[in-house]
Amino acid sequence: MIRRTRIALLAVGLAMASPTALAQDQAAEGIAQYRDMLEDDNPADLWELRGAELWKTPGGPKGASLEKCNLGLGPGIVKGAYVRLPRYFADTGKVQDLESRLITCMMTLQGRSFEEATKQHFGSGSEKKSNMEALVTWIAAESRGMKIQVSTTHPKEKDAYEVGKQIFFFHGGPHDFACSTCHSQDGRRIRLQDLPNLTTPEGARKGFGTWPAYRVSQGEVRTMQHRLYDCFRQQRFPEPRYASDAITALTMYLAVSANGGEFAAPAIKR
Amino acid sequence: MSKRRAFWLGAGAMVAAMAVSGAAFAADKKQPKKKDYRAAALEVMKASFQARGQATLDRLNQDEAQAACSRSAAGEPLASDLKKKMEEAQSATVKYPADSKYLGSWKSGERIAQTGRGLQFSDDPSEPAGGNCYACHQLSQQEVAYGTIGPSLYRYGKLRGNSEPMLKYTWAKLWNAQAFNACSDMPRFGHKGILTEEQLKDVMALLFDPESPVNQ
Repeated sequence: MIRRTRIALLAVGLAMASPTALAQDQAAEGIAQYRDMLEDDNPADLWELRGAELWKTPGGPKGASLEKCNLGLGPGIVKGAYVRLPRYFADTGKVQDLESRLITCMMTLQGRSFEEATKQHFGSGSEKKSNMEALVTWIAAESRGMKIQVSTTHPKEKDAYEVGKQIFFFHGGPHDFACSTCHSQDGRRIRLQDLPNLTTPEGARKGFGTWPAYRVSQGEVRTMQHRLYDCFRQQRFPEPRYASDAITALTMYLAVSANGGEFAAPAIKR
Repeated sequence: MSKRRAFWLGAGAMVAAMAVSGAAFAADKKQPKKKDYRAAALEVMKASFQARGQATLDRLNQDEAQAACSRSAAGEPLASDLKKKMEEAQSATVKYPADSKYLGSWKSGERIAQTGRGLQFSDDPSEPAGGNCYACHQLSQQEVAYGTIGPSLYRYGKLRGNSEPMLKYTWAKLWNAQAFNACSDMPRFGHKGILTEEQLKDVMALLFDPESPVNQ
């Protein structure tokens, strides 16, 4: 049925569009079809399975698993945790996103050092798999279909949101780019890629609510953490440190803007 | 009104006034000072970013235009006189080619327009930077993968001709787009040293040369 509607739409497009617009429609159409085909069979499933295993596997100098890790809803509770992060944690006195919180658990429960907890934080092929990205994929998947509901009631949560908002609009570097340069208007594209307007609830839900995602072009599952890292690279900014406060604050701004939306990750993207 | 009544009215008014000012004072004390989130954000960023390759931490030091444009984007629109002043200041930065020749090779210009690399922490600084024009603009009709953050430049030269004032205007726009539009989304390619004078001439040729695919 969906396919038939598409063909009808394509026919209308054929009749009306200029040759360039047509070529673009066809390209976008092809990408959409490809995505649909893959949606039922998302390779992110492999990351998810590995993450679920890693959660239960004893490790680190203390030989403990992460099963007692408190992601905000109590020790060991994973379902619904992701759609309430970042949040304030009293034991660290900080607002933490999922990665930052997992690092805390790896350090306190497993006795790992920060360096060990964050080594290979982004995956790179089968030789350099990232345990962190597998864990994040699984934990995020456990919130799939739930409403995003990130709190700003604690003063430090409110601060993180406000700081993140300022970072979003911060122009810098040789190109003068800010996040808002590409992500504050509706219906814009970079090359053929649609850009969500992250200043609106709809756009923020589209942006925040679909990471982690399997990136077809990279053959990797990428997280929100990686998405922001790569945006700053393209903004010509210096390198953001992994799980740093700036990344957490910016994630907070996006997550709160996405509140009320349905969490639809792990997704599949170009 | 009796004297006594006037006295009591006056006294009552004084008490009321004192109560109001007292309440205001208490509110002042309770109300924490409004937080400067801009300063807080900069502090957080300085602690969260590290230099890598050519992308050093001084990239977080904003020039005046970047600071004003950040405030404006975050919800404090520029006053019109400030906007005008900023555009004048940016206009004064434009350097025109010493030999007054504006047009290089459109073929090189097309390569520059296609290339998105340059100045990222992942880029080799010995390689020339690209302009990445197609990321935001339509140019030639053959390239369908163009962005829409900026307007279409298809038939740029054909529609406008290549009179001296048009060449000069376009050169200035490429050199520093904020000379015409404070806080423009377009990078200041000449002013910030992203593209060299020679590269800018090639991009100019891509826009103006009658042989360029842009003008077909």
